[in-house]
Amino acid sequence: MACFLVSAAEAVIVKSAEKVAEKKEVQSEGKSGHAAATKLPFSVKLRWLSRLLVGGAILLAFEHVWHGEVVPWFPFLTAMADPGDAAEMFHEMATVGVAMAVLVTVVWIGMCIVADKIVARASHGQEVEA
Amino acid sequence: MTLLITVFAAVISTVLWYRRKNDDMRLGTLCFLFWGASLMWLVDAIFEYAELKEAYFTPALEDLINDSFLGLSVVALALVIWLVRLLISDPKGSVRSALTKQLSGQ
Repeated sequence: MACFLVSAAEAVIVKSAEKVAEKKEVQSEGKSGHAAATKLPFSVKLRWLSRLLVGGAILLAFEHVWHGEVVPWFPFLTAMADPGDAAEMFHEMATVGVAMAVLVTVVWIGMCIVADKIVARASHGQEVEA
Repeated sequence: MTLLITVFAAVISTVLWYRRKNDDMRLGTLCFLFWGASLMWLVDAIFEYAELKEAYFTPALEDLINDSFLGLSVVALALVIWLVRLLISDPKGSVRSALTKQLSGQ
């Protein structure tokens, strides 16, 4: 009914965190004089998460428009017109919506671990060659 | 069916991203769009399966057609989003050079 809203809300929070992390990284690069090339910046990893969440939320929002659950006029969600439907919608957001956001985040954590290992392997290979 | 079509689109776009020679086509955008949606629809499918049990795998023909049509529309929307983003970011400078050529032609 509106499960994509949970992911969309998480995407907004992650995007803000990404901007803060990016700013901090630029500041720390300025202090140390060079960037740490052996590790992926946290802001880059956060960008992956925000893109996964935004991408999924956009396509799911389209699905909800397709099924007539999202409309272009106030209150935008057809379930909001009826208190019974609204309660069902909030229940779906709390179950399906939260599960979606959790799964995307868990997959992202896995992506980060694998990416860090690949980068470490690549930099270790460069050290051995040198 | 929507999930299946989106997963296929995600796999194809990831293979194309892996085989890319440079980042001119911004294929990463497509990967994130399709994988994000696939993961979310997977959760939707799990909840639906928990509710319908084995009936989940034998949908009515009308539902199947509607879901397939939705899946293809989702792929089309994602491709349009990717194309618009590609043309706006213009990493190869093709749009810029086309516009400059038109300007110099006037």
